[in-house]
Amino acid sequence: MIGSKGRASQATGFAPNSSLNLTAASRNQSMSRPLTATQSTPDEVLIERIAGGDRLAMQVLFARHHVRVYRFVLRLVRKPEVAEDLISEVFLDVWRQADRFEGRSAVTTWLLAIARFKALSALRRRPDEELDEDTAAAIEDPSDTPEVAIEKKDKGNVLRQCLDCLSPEHREIIDLVYYHEKSVEEAAEIVGIPANTVKTRMFYARKKLGELLKERGIERGWP
Amino acid sequence: MMMVAEERAPGRRDIEDLLPWHAAGTLNHRDAVRVEEALARDPDLAHHFEVVREELAATINLNETLGAPSARAMEKLFTAIDAEPPRARSVGSAFTQQIIDFFSRLTPRTVAWAAAAAALAIVVQAGMLANVYLGQGNSFEVAGVQQAQRGALGEASRADALIRFAPQASADDVTRFLESYKATVVDGPMQGGVYRLRIVNMSKDDLNRIIAQMQENRAVVGFIGTAQ
Repeated sequence: MIGSKGRASQATGFAPNSSLNLTAASRNQSMSRPLTATQSTPDEVLIERIAGGDRLAMQVLFARHHVRVYRFVLRLVRKPEVAEDLISEVFLDVWRQADRFEGRSAVTTWLLAIARFKALSALRRRPDEELDEDTAAAIEDPSDTPEVAIEKKDKGNVLRQCLDCLSPEHREIIDLVYYHEKSVEEAAEIVGIPANTVKTRMFYARKKLGELLKERGIERGWP
Repeated sequence: MMMVAEERAPGRRDIEDLLPWHAAGTLNHRDAVRVEEALARDPDLAHHFEVVREELAATINLNETLGAPSARAMEKLFTAIDAEPPRARSVGSAFTQQIIDFFSRLTPRTVAWAAAAAALAIVVQAGMLANVYLGQGNSFEVAGVQQAQRGALGEASRADALIRFAPQASADDVTRFLESYKATVVDGPMQGGVYRLRIVNMSKDDLNRIIAQMQENRAVVGFIGTAQ
């Protein structure tokens, strides 16, 4: 299946979040080894070490997750340089608050929740820019070149374009579920809404996606 | 179409809502089984699931084309970390880390020998305790000798009395009474509701005086006298 966690993780180089299934033995084993980026030290162990001021653990955690966090933030703020600045801030918060991490949720869920907060704060500081970009993204370009027109016949491309035209709220939930592999509960924790609202928001995001596709001549049979 | 579908299969909307998570592989086992069963019996739902899988693939593709941040992000982060004030580690976590570090330095063979030695020590200790316990329980003569020795040594320092409490005395009254004289009940009730009372650090003369005092407390004491 496309979306099995292990497979997607291998494909993207994103370490599987296996920490929840850790046995005490494997945890102890990982604690006893010297820390290098090539070993799959559980995220929770890294956080423990970061709380103790371990700079190398911070490097490993950053290497493991910064690309995904960057992409999540970039999809919200849409400016690469802003997204880069924000991920530095996200991981700096991790450095400062690691001793407060209680392990009730996965480290990636915690990271994305911090990232989301940073991204929304940044957007609040420049609301006009974001509005302009969103509006621009939603407007169809009538002056397609023949190459673009041919390209648009590719359903996958059109689908990606439509995904990019969704509202930030809808983009966010789709990314969290499909790309960041977050469960209903984890997505609820990151976004700060009830689990049922996550399902409803996902439903409407997908419905909107279907409408955008329909406008571009692609009928999927749903909704 | 949704309404028609829902009329056809009650609860289908619930299953449809779970399809994105099923495609992503993030449903719990119970829900995953529910969805699989529904997909197997409902071709429309199976078609919908294919739509979801297309969305999933497109979303992954879109995100993967976003690129990665430059090295500037990491440099900026570690410059900021270096500028942070040094943190004071808590004593507890430092101690825990020391223990972890200590055990992590040992080889598996060393740990195995240490565990075996610890297990042996526990067995030996348990054996010694059992021996002492069983020895006390079975050797009545030895215990009797010990008691006789204790009696000889402690005769002057403690005294016993026999007491029958007044019928109207409550448990609280009796407790307060015993505490006030630092006395304890060591035997009883014997025939006639009589108890043996022990008062420590007391000569026989003093005991007689105390017993006279006790007798005056009619609310608690029915009868009291020195014991042999």
